[in-house]
Amino acid sequence: MDLAQLRQRSAAEWEIPVQGGMRVPVVLYGSRQLLLDMDEKVREQACNVACLPGILQGSFVMPDGHWGYGFPIGGVAAFDPEEGVVSAGGVGFDISCGVRCLLLRVTAEDVRARREALAEALAGSIPAGVGSRSKLLVAGHVMDAMLRGGARWAVEHGYGRLEDLGRIEENGCHPHARPEFVSAVAKQRQEREVGTLGSGNHYLEVQRVGRIDAPALAAAFELREGDAVLSIHCGSRGMGHQIGTDFLARMAVDAGRRGLALPDRELACAPVGSELGQEYLGAMRAAVNCALANRQVLTHFVRQVFAHVLPEASVELLFDVSHNTCKEEEHVVAGRLRKVFVHRKGATRAFPPGHASLPSPLRGHGQPVLIGGSMGTGSYVLAGAAGNDQRAFSSACHGAGRSMSRHQALRRWRGQELVRELAERGILIRSPSMRGVAEEAPGAYKDLQAVVDAAEEAGLARKVARLEPMICIKG
Amino acid sequence: MATHATPRWETFSHGADIGVRGFGPTREQAFEAAALALTGVITDPAQVRPSQRVEIACAGADEELLLYAWLNALITQMALRGMLFSRFEVSIAADALTGAAWGEPIDVARHRPAVEAKGATFTELRVRPGADGEWVAQCVIDV
Repeated sequence: MDLAQLRQRSAAEWEIPVQGGMRVPVVLYGSRQLLLDMDEKVREQACNVACLPGILQGSFVMPDGHWGYGFPIGGVAAFDPEEGVVSAGGVGFDISCGVRCLLLRVTAEDVRARREALAEALAGSIPAGVGSRSKLLVAGHVMDAMLRGGARWAVEHGYGRLEDLGRIEENGCHPHARPEFVSAVAKQRQEREVGTLGSGNHYLEVQRVGRIDAPALAAAFELREGDAVLSIHCGSRGMGHQIGTDFLARMAVDAGRRGLALPDRELACAPVGSELGQEYLGAMRAAVNCALANRQVLTHFVRQVFAHVLPEASVELLFDVSHNTCKEEEHVVAGRLRKVFVHRKGATRAFPPGHASLPSPLRGHGQPVLIGGSMGTGSYVLAGAAGNDQRAFSSACHGAGRSMSRHQALRRWRGQELVRELAERGILIRSPSMRGVAEEAPGAYKDLQAVVDAAEEAGLARKVARLEPMICIKG
Repeated sequence: MATHATPRWETFSHGADIGVRGFGPTREQAFEAAALALTGVITDPAQVRPSQRVEIACAGADEELLLYAWLNALITQMALRGMLFSRFEVSIAADALTGAAWGEPIDVARHRPAVEAKGATFTELRVRPGADGEWVAQCVIDV
């Protein structure tokens, strides 16, 4: 990105002042180098978002921002309930895609002793990749109950423990889901996908807690160097994809009818209070519950594997957080507490210490922010930083972001060779697709360290602990 | 300028995702070629046997929305039926498309599918004839 048009506010905060049709400035978080490496399209897309009706404070871009669909990935934008819009593109196709981190209560050495058996058992129990099908059939009124209940529905049906729910955003259930606004095709697509991982950058990974950056926060999150944890990265599967597809088309046609001039058709949106806006919010919330149920059922499968292979492990939730959402939240805007609709597209909610929605053991420390990396370079646990409610509506980055296209990655790496190289470094990969492994090569991703350093420098979130991959199940 | 008599396809890079592009002497053939490119995102189309026929019908307010609808209809059928497709037939009348796709159930061992297509997007969405009269139909696929 050309930095000539940017005004540097601080070491890791940059501004594009209001110009043209922009209603608010663009605010980008990141080091000079991260911004130099960002695609020019990120600037263009963030400026386009700044033109949308009812946008408040700014069009924000996280340090892992990259070229997305209408909104940049890593984009955050909040809208006024009366004058603002809701955008299907601002949430994305994988609604409520997110990361769940599970504490295993055993050490990485305990895992290492059984790692081959664990890798095989996890690969055999977690449906992953194109063409995989869930062991569960969820249809008819059961589907609607799942879409209303989310992870709570899963727990009520034997997939988990009641105490899991307090460690999930919205206590595992978005209360305002409207399954009646989800198309029959979307429901049909999901019938055999509850409890599946998906493909692409989705994964299930057993990890070693590595370097601790903030000992007090790590203690509060019960993370000790050398312990083992397990992280799951996936979303609402076929249902979210179909809802995104359905509503993007409807919003594009509707925006034309309303005479809403959009700089990019992918920014298709509807007024929050309109019939279409309300239908989308109801359907999107159903997809949020679908994703929460999905990660809950996968957790159940993980527990079954550990009960069999490593019974001394106790699989407990640290936290579950989504990074493709639009949520109604309360924030202080222009000195006044008000309700706003916050779109986070490839960005993680990162509530600061003291936020009322956090479970009591975490409330004094800030929300765990779970950052997925690549299979070779590790992941991060951060915590929402004090004072971040004045920055990007308490949001932080969500991952490393790609530095290289799938094409380039395929030209550069072979899946089998990567699997062998990673095995030599003690990382076991299990995937039905070696081409998929090559496309997700660790070298195709940006430097995660630079991204989380920038998030901390910008005051979005604090670094807590690094997670190093040991076993990775990929679709 | 050269005129291409036969349809062809390619994929192109887009950040985290991948674009599909079909070329053809007619708009319909460009749509068919773009569909083949969609399969190419997932696997080698030459490995997919066109043994089962699936009827497809969709609509779009303009040519570009029609391509969006066509590719998404194929993605939906792949997901619902657990199939991959390698042969396509498209007819377009006004804003409606009727067509068919031929393929077979996914065989993970043989097809080695790389990635699941989540949806066709409006990004880089274009349907237009080139200067030489050859039609191009393209968009980015979220994977």
